Amino acid sequence: MACMSITRNEVAHLARLSRLALTDAELDHFAGQLDQIIGAVARVQEVAAEGIPPMTHAVPVVNVFRDDAEEPCLTPEQALSGAPATEQSRFRVPRILTEE
Amino acid sequence: MTQVAALVAYDEAIARYEPVIGLETHVELGTATKMFCGCPTRFGLPPNSAVCPVCLGLPGSLPVANRAAIEYTIRIGLALNCSIASWCRFARKNYFYPDMPKNFQISQYDEPLCTDGWIDVTVEGQTFRVGIERVHLEEDTGKSLHVGGATGRIHGADYSLVDYNRAGIPLVEVVTKPVAATGALAPVVARAYVTDLRDLLRALDVSDVRMEEGSLRCDVNTSLAPYGATEWGTRTETKNVNSLRSVERAVRFEIERQAALLDAGQRVVQETRHFHEDTGATTAGRSKEEAQDYRYFPEPDLVPVAPPPEWVDEIRASLPELPAARRLRLQGEWGLTKLDMTALANAGALDLVADTVAAGASPADARKWWLGELARHANELGVDLSTLSITPAQVARVSELVASGSLNDKLARQVLDAVLAGEGDPDKVIEARGLAVVSDDASLLAAVDAAIAAKPDVAAKIRAGKTAAADAVVGAVMKATKGRADAARVRELILERLT
Amino acid sequence: MAAVEPSPLTRMTAAQIAAAVAAGDVSAVEVTQAHLDRIASVDPDVHAFLHVAGLGALAAAEDVDRKRAAGEPLGPLAGVPLALKDVMTTEDMPTTCGSKILAGWRPPYDATVTRRLRDAGVVILGKTNMDEFAMGSSTENSAYGPSRNPWNLSLVPGGSSGGSSAAVAAYEAPLGIGTDTGGSIRQPAAVCGIVGMKPTYGGSSRYGLVAFASSLDTPGPLARTVLDAALLHEAISGHDPHDSTSVDAPVPSVVAAARQADVSGLHIGVVTEFSGDGYQSGVQARFTEAVELLESLGAKVAEVSCPHFTYALPAYYLIAPSECSSNLARFDGMRYGLRVGDDGSRSADEVMSLTRAEGFGPEVKRRIMLGTYALSSGYYDAYYGKAQQVRTLISRDFDAAFEQVDVLVSPTTPTTAFPIGERADNPMAMYLADLCTIPSNLAGNAAISVPCGLAPEDGLPVGLQIMAPVLADDRTYRVAAAVEAAFEQRWGGPLLAQANGLAAPNPDGGSR
Repeated sequence: MACMSITRNEVAHLARLSRLALTDAELDHFAGQLDQIIGAVARVQEVAAEGIPPMTHAVPVVNVFRDDAEEPCLTPEQALSGAPATEQSRFRVPRILTEE
Repeated sequence: MTQVAALVAYDEAIARYEPVIGLETHVELGTATKMFCGCPTRFGLPPNSAVCPVCLGLPGSLPVANRAAIEYTIRIGLALNCSIASWCRFARKNYFYPDMPKNFQISQYDEPLCTDGWIDVTVEGQTFRVGIERVHLEEDTGKSLHVGGATGRIHGADYSLVDYNRAGIPLVEVVTKPVAATGALAPVVARAYVTDLRDLLRALDVSDVRMEEGSLRCDVNTSLAPYGATEWGTRTETKNVNSLRSVERAVRFEIERQAALLDAGQRVVQETRHFHEDTGATTAGRSKEEAQDYRYFPEPDLVPVAPPPEWVDEIRASLPELPAARRLRLQGEWGLTKLDMTALANAGALDLVADTVAAGASPADARKWWLGELARHANELGVDLSTLSITPAQVARVSELVASGSLNDKLARQVLDAVLAGEGDPDKVIEARGLAVVSDDASLLAAVDAAIAAKPDVAAKIRAGKTAAADAVVGAVMKATKGRADAARVRELILERLT
Repeated sequence: MAAVEPSPLTRMTAAQIAAAVAAGDVSAVEVTQAHLDRIASVDPDVHAFLHVAGLGALAAAEDVDRKRAAGEPLGPLAGVPLALKDVMTTEDMPTTCGSKILAGWRPPYDATVTRRLRDAGVVILGKTNMDEFAMGSSTENSAYGPSRNPWNLSLVPGGSSGGSSAAVAAYEAPLGIGTDTGGSIRQPAAVCGIVGMKPTYGGSSRYGLVAFASSLDTPGPLARTVLDAALLHEAISGHDPHDSTSVDAPVPSVVAAARQADVSGLHIGVVTEFSGDGYQSGVQARFTEAVELLESLGAKVAEVSCPHFTYALPAYYLIAPSECSSNLARFDGMRYGLRVGDDGSRSADEVMSLTRAEGFGPEVKRRIMLGTYALSSGYYDAYYGKAQQVRTLISRDFDAAFEQVDVLVSPTTPTTAFPIGERADNPMAMYLADLCTIPSNLAGNAAISVPCGLAPEDGLPVGLQIMAPVLADDRTYRVAAAVEAAFEQRWGGPLLAQANGLAAPNPDGGSR
């Protein structure tokens, strides 16, 4: 089994990917804890699982569909009711830097 | 990287490098409701009125797949000669973006619904087989309005306003395999592929395929390699190319730009680029700070899709006549060559001609009007033929009036112009403008006699047997009747009078 | 302790209350008011509720009384008060999931479970405290402060459904709804000395349950008796077209099974792997006693090995965080909830990052980063992929075991309730609380926790876990009800009758 460990830099990268603005102190704290946790969960790699299919769903059901029929929507007021900021019946969000 | 790109003349670029293209086309399906909820997909609804907890991604909400969207996707896959997966799953594509309510998109990753198909595309009499890598199903995002800043564009905006009516609309992505060996025709092949795909989707009745409304959007990949190279060049991905013409222009521009880089010994950067309609150029997209890692994993809120073979067979049996087969049939019925048909298709006139024939015109007349007068008109306006404000039925009516002698070609052109100008149906135009051919001999004879009297010298020549001189009198009569006379009949009357 | 005389109405079981309301012996409004009074009296100490909906509850109760007066049919739980975990959406109450990021959020829709409770005439008293987004085993991860164990207020009530378990154990409500992702119903039930059941995955709808780990989350009942749990189980279960993973099959007849309460001839397997190091001696002793009891009731007991169960915990701590990292991405301050740092100069990305840093507590952050790591390209196969394979192996262990026995049993959790603060910043120690409960979440089968006595060393409740195959939920009730009946006979009453503090059944709070 490979020696599993995670560096502070990797934790900083994970925080960015996860959109978590962590302080340096938090990064230090989490780096230690995550290192310990990852070391523990890496035990799954001890299991001989060659040829074993992954299980993504607890119950083996397939083909659950809905009919293409309209159902009632929320009103714009309901849709926007929890929004931190709105304008022109839309969700107002801070400027977006990158195009997707 | 915003400096103006150096370009190499297209012919030179093609002389030195072989282009390879690839296309990723997104199509909004024309289902009545969204992919995972019962909200309507109609355009033009007030902002955030076609939303519910599911498509707003509210905490606790769960998706349920729309059966019709699955069926439409299978229909597309079958029409593109794909294999239909016997078992596949949706996956989550994770990235943060304000127009995406859950900050992940439900898509398909390594298990698309349809794989490994093809479509034949004919350009200038040559047929190219475009391989289809995959056809998969995903959900669309919301739409943002960018407020403030100089341009209303995303860059420099102060903030954005998001409307989630489009979020969750079923979106099919059709991805081609790399298309090589098209040489100088690469841009035209790219355009013809998108045209054919659009026609196919329309025939399948799965989407309204309106590029201008964004229901069909293209990303175009282009790479160049020196002839004989063993590896393909680095590709660029040009995003959101939103008209057929732009597809062709974008590929052409990228070939010219990449050739200049390679000529200068520089490397092509693998990147996303944006096409600009106004200049026909592409520019580098703003590169993200970190490489994207979408962390795909199977969507746990949806169960696998395992289309039963009987269902797939049923869908296959219900496929309508597809454009390629229809083209072959019409070619036979109309007695045209393959090249004629290609020209019709490339002009976007095939359906218009077919509809005009169906409305009663002869195939030859229908072709003549659409590829002649009407194509000229569309060119002048710089629009597609299909967007002209004239219907195949109106063209067929004009054609019928010409055939019956009520209109001559010149009058017919005037009628068409008037219809295009919004003056109403052909019959209404003819009545309002008094454009019908003058067909009673009595009125014509009066005009003929007046013309003869006005040109005694010409009349003398005709009497002397020089019947060719009659043309001058015919011209005078046509002028006097403002073109409403039947020139052949006028000539007959002149000769009767003078010989 | 407050010397206010508690109403005997709060000491009744749900079945008794429903019968009394139906018979007109008591009104639903009286019952509701008695529980609201109890909440007012003890919840300042217990802190089971994040939101008490007094007016709404009384209105719902009035509706039941009106129906009864009009002769309309009443459901089997009509007029019975209930404590709803704050992870279920409610149109008329806030839904916070114990998180600051959702402070004050009022969903515009009801969860299916909420809707079914209302339709059944169940009176929702309010929303209960929980570990933030159901991540934890103590409620200490709630942004609104921990709930306290009614047996001893310095101890945790378990978690994540600790608010519901504390409310039921403190007689603030006869019924509670919890959700169980890795043990979050069974473990708090065990440490509060009550009954908690995790139905078969898909047996109860997840629509409106704010997701932690979609492939594991299961809503289920908490109650003071097995029959009450079964009644609530039936009221919330059944196919829901809004949840693709909902099972389209008849609900197992759990109420009949709870009434049957008979284990004679049943084959019961003791899971070899769930004993030994790390198990508190009193827990082990009570478990052994429960197994002997079952044998004495006519069950055939055998030891069954499930070799991959020892990998359940690591597999779970890859799968659940992976799903949570994606499920919780939507909390970004753009559409609802907290928004931090939007000063007009910051970008959406920056505001999202500040909002999430401020709005999430440490455990949620840990799990989001752990899940992000496990799903990253390059690590996926070694972590998430491998964990999903282990999940298959665990499910196969269950299949093999259920070929030999009808149900499996184990302690519900390795220790009794621990002191608030003891494991708060020691995630690995906290995770061990779910050691025995996680396999049934991974395999999706049914499992229940029923009280089986007090650990001699600390006098705190111990739970017996009974696990049954997928959709054999009724079997867990049959065994649990038999255990409950036999123990109550032995003890001379329910386990809670032996409690001190606010869990004590007598007004003076003393033990008997």
